[in-house]
Amino acid sequence: MSIEYLGLSEINGPLIALEGVQNAFYEEMVEFVVEGGRRKKGRIVALNEDKAVIQVFDNTDEMSLKNTHTRLSGHPMEIGLSLDILGRTFNGLGEPIDGLGKIKPEVTLDVNGLPLNPCVREYPRNYIQTGISAIDCLTTLIRGQKLPIFSGNGLPHDQLAAQIVEQASLGEGSEEEFGIVFAAMGVKYDVADFFRRKFEDSGVSSHVTMFLNLSNDPVAERLITPKVALTAAEYLAFEKGMHILVILTDMTSYAEAMREVSASKGEIPSRKGYPGYLYSELATLYERAGIVQGRKGSVTQIPILTMPNDDITHPIPDLTGYITEGQIVLERSLHQKNVYPPINVLPSLSRLMKDGIGAEYTREDHQDVANQLFSSYARVGEARDLASVIGEDELSATDKKYLKFGVQFEQEFVAQGGNENRTMEQTLDIGWRLLHILPKEELDRIDTKILEKHW
Amino acid sequence: MSVTGKIYGINGPIITIQGNLGFKMSEMVYVGEHRLVGEVIGLTKEQTTIQVFEETTGLKPGELVEGAGRALCVTLAPGIITNIFDGIERPLQLIGRQSGAYIPRGVSVDLLDRQKKWDTKITVKKGDMLTGGMVIAEVPETPAILHKVMVPPDVEGTVIGAVEDGAYTIEEPLVTLRTRTGEERELIMAQQWPIRIPRPIQKRYPADRLLVTGQRILDTLFPIAKGGTAAIPGGFGTGKTMTQHQLAKWSDADIIIYIGCGERGNEMTNVLEEFSQLADPKTGNLLMGRTTLIANTSNMPVAAREASIYTGLTLAEYYRDMGYHVAIMADSTSRWAEALRELSGRLEEMPAEEGFPAYLASRLSAFYERAGYVENLNGTDGSVTIIGAVSPQGGDFSEPVTQNTKRFVRCFLALDKSLAYARHYPAINWLTSYTEYLNDLEGWYIANVGADFIPCRNELLNILTTESRLNEIVKLIGSDVLPDDQKLILEIARVIRLGFLQQNAFHEEDTFVPLEKQLEMMKVILYLYEKSKELIEMGMPMALLRENRIFEKIIAIKYDVANKELYKFGEYRQMIDEFYHGLLETNA
Repeated sequence: MSIEYLGLSEINGPLIALEGVQNAFYEEMVEFVVEGGRRKKGRIVALNEDKAVIQVFDNTDEMSLKNTHTRLSGHPMEIGLSLDILGRTFNGLGEPIDGLGKIKPEVTLDVNGLPLNPCVREYPRNYIQTGISAIDCLTTLIRGQKLPIFSGNGLPHDQLAAQIVEQASLGEGSEEEFGIVFAAMGVKYDVADFFRRKFEDSGVSSHVTMFLNLSNDPVAERLITPKVALTAAEYLAFEKGMHILVILTDMTSYAEAMREVSASKGEIPSRKGYPGYLYSELATLYERAGIVQGRKGSVTQIPILTMPNDDITHPIPDLTGYITEGQIVLERSLHQKNVYPPINVLPSLSRLMKDGIGAEYTREDHQDVANQLFSSYARVGEARDLASVIGEDELSATDKKYLKFGVQFEQEFVAQGGNENRTMEQTLDIGWRLLHILPKEELDRIDTKILEKHW
Repeated sequence: MSVTGKIYGINGPIITIQGNLGFKMSEMVYVGEHRLVGEVIGLTKEQTTIQVFEETTGLKPGELVEGAGRALCVTLAPGIITNIFDGIERPLQLIGRQSGAYIPRGVSVDLLDRQKKWDTKITVKKGDMLTGGMVIAEVPETPAILHKVMVPPDVEGTVIGAVEDGAYTIEEPLVTLRTRTGEERELIMAQQWPIRIPRPIQKRYPADRLLVTGQRILDTLFPIAKGGTAAIPGGFGTGKTMTQHQLAKWSDADIIIYIGCGERGNEMTNVLEEFSQLADPKTGNLLMGRTTLIANTSNMPVAAREASIYTGLTLAEYYRDMGYHVAIMADSTSRWAEALRELSGRLEEMPAEEGFPAYLASRLSAFYERAGYVENLNGTDGSVTIIGAVSPQGGDFSEPVTQNTKRFVRCFLALDKSLAYARHYPAINWLTSYTEYLNDLEGWYIANVGADFIPCRNELLNILTTESRLNEIVKLIGSDVLPDDQKLILEIARVIRLGFLQQNAFHEEDTFVPLEKQLEMMKVILYLYEKSKELIEMGMPMALLRENRIFEKIIAIKYDVANKELYKFGEYRQMIDEFYHGLLETNA
């Protein structure tokens, strides 16, 4: 039994104020019925005695201060889940939009989730072979990790993400169940469609759950989409024992939506107009990745974000980098050189890699080869700077070798086909072949014993 | 009778109560039916403002708020070491056993185990006159740490009764005192202390003892003193956390308090796992046996993140009072500052620089001032060293948190993006980092390592500075045109960078290097420089010197000479001599 309230006291963008509310609680879900029967959903975002501020997950068109009935649902934002969600498509609030009807929920979960206790987490150690050299060798993806792709507009981040999904799922052991949760926040229809087609082509679409909030969908709904998607992912992973790969795209739109809503709430902005709680909000999403002791599944996140103006110091990539366990950075100049995937390996990093590689997991020389490639490629940058001042001809013999190494590294190691799936062995062997371009004494990052063995 | 009120407004972690009901500033309160823990942060005639340390989802206006009658306190007693707490000292392992994988709201647990009986040795007898801070009993808390039960700082009196040695819980009375006013007072192991108030001390000493870390760039170039303060600023991926982990593992403090403030959950899990397996190089005991973790990860409530720093400090001061040297790793103070900003924004306070509240600087200074090498109330010496990581926005050191931190710390270890990109770890930039402790520590180095340590260190830094100046020229015209003596400086600087500054945290020998070996390494590098310089002065071209593999051999010393094989350095000197004479003979 719940009370219906007739009328509103204020409408301001996606925010609505309602007075005389009884027994409402913070973050409670609300349903509106607008004249003519249209239903909209909302959530209480501030309470002052009997005055509630409600954020509407839809546009506020047609709503007036008189024609709207409001009903409190008595529970926070929840989503009903069961294994049936695999292969289905939902909107940003978790309602089916593929015309296949409602799902029969096995459990109903609060989308806000709760913080995972660090004591019951299991430290992630198993690497995922993506078949992409620049990732496997230099920024190894670990199961249970959150590894975002920092990209820019017009760079092939979608293609890269799709390739990772396709090849990573192929590489999984056959007994282990895998699944993909895809959350689109404010992306174009074409992008969502690209992923859908890719999933169909590679025959994984029956393992995919999609949550779509496209760029013309309501902004406030965007704030809920990743939470809904991650709740579904956690359910599949920790209740159903599946290994879940979550793609979140585009985190920039998510943060922009937060700024928009915050501004209409009249909050004090901090950096570039984003609210002060941007870090906390991003963290509550990204931290929902990992492995829990004693449970079979895992949640691995690959969020994609487009850096505004390719600026890695912009608050969104900056705060993301401080929360996630590394990043894969795409570089426009490599893209222009026709290198696919255009991964700039120097700022790219995987924090969990150190514990998931080596003799036990990949190969004993992995860490040393990776360190050497990083350090040598960093030298290439210096040699190129020098060459642009004094000309290539004037360079010392060693610097010339570095230039050659740099070109081949980009063309043969980083670059690979959109469907090329390299094994870890192949990747490391290419690495050794390229290191042979350099004089042996330049290889100062490799342990003397390993160097003698593999040279 | 405690004060109560009713919730009026809710906005994220901030709730308000109408009217002035007699709550005190900084008083701890219980909010709503789940009794969420909160703290009073603002009082006016019209309303009381409270920050809540847990998620406020589900709270309703009208729910009860009850005052606890005291400030937010931590419980101090045996059981702190080896534990992992959240920001307000709730044990996470216990919460995990009680509630499963997730941390629910309003979880009610004992801060420390009240059932466990500890082996207790009473050290006072009837008739003893006791003042605040004096030790009344000793409890072996872990193999490495002997916990000393002390009289609370504000209590004094004469012992009129004491129990026998035996096993007691933290709440059983051990000693009865008659205070000056004639009252009887029972002392138990546990005491409460408000987290925002520093524990009293007798006096402060200058910080003139080295905190040995085994990390070459720290111990030689930028040493930190026991009781000192250091900041490690760096953009993401530059290795702040790795450096903090290395210090927590290898520094020669007795106790480590590791505060994960707004950082990653997996990192805390990693520390927990690793420290439960690794042994302390000095004692052979598990590292966890001298460590306490405070984990308020980034997805845990923001107000508790703000409190976690103070909780850690108070635990550290408590062990300092027993006469231990405690080091605090705060990772990261920027998250704490951002928590201040977030709460300040919710309170609609007037923002200062970059949206941070105007009191940021005073909070930071109050935090770092709680470090120090002191004489305790009970006459023992102890220290609290604070090493804070700073995560500047966009890696830009001109932002408010880094700038204000710089004013209050005496050792600044700037992490450098380009070094990190080239995987030069630790990525501490030797040109922008500094330490103010060098002069204070000079006597310590002379007494404990050798009189030649500081001169060698200065020579090393001198070569590195010259290299950076020469590099400016090289960037413009290439290294080939430099005269041979300058080429030699570049070569030696390379040896220093690769062979000395770079240190491999994953290499069994290289991860911790004793001071004696650090000195020998410096001396051998400088000997090579001296001999090569003689050759160059005799007109030998640098290209000829480079043909010899001696430079590479010196670089590889860090891997080839084990920490216990210092006698091998003689062989290297011999090698350098052979190289010198060999070149002279063939080219004379």
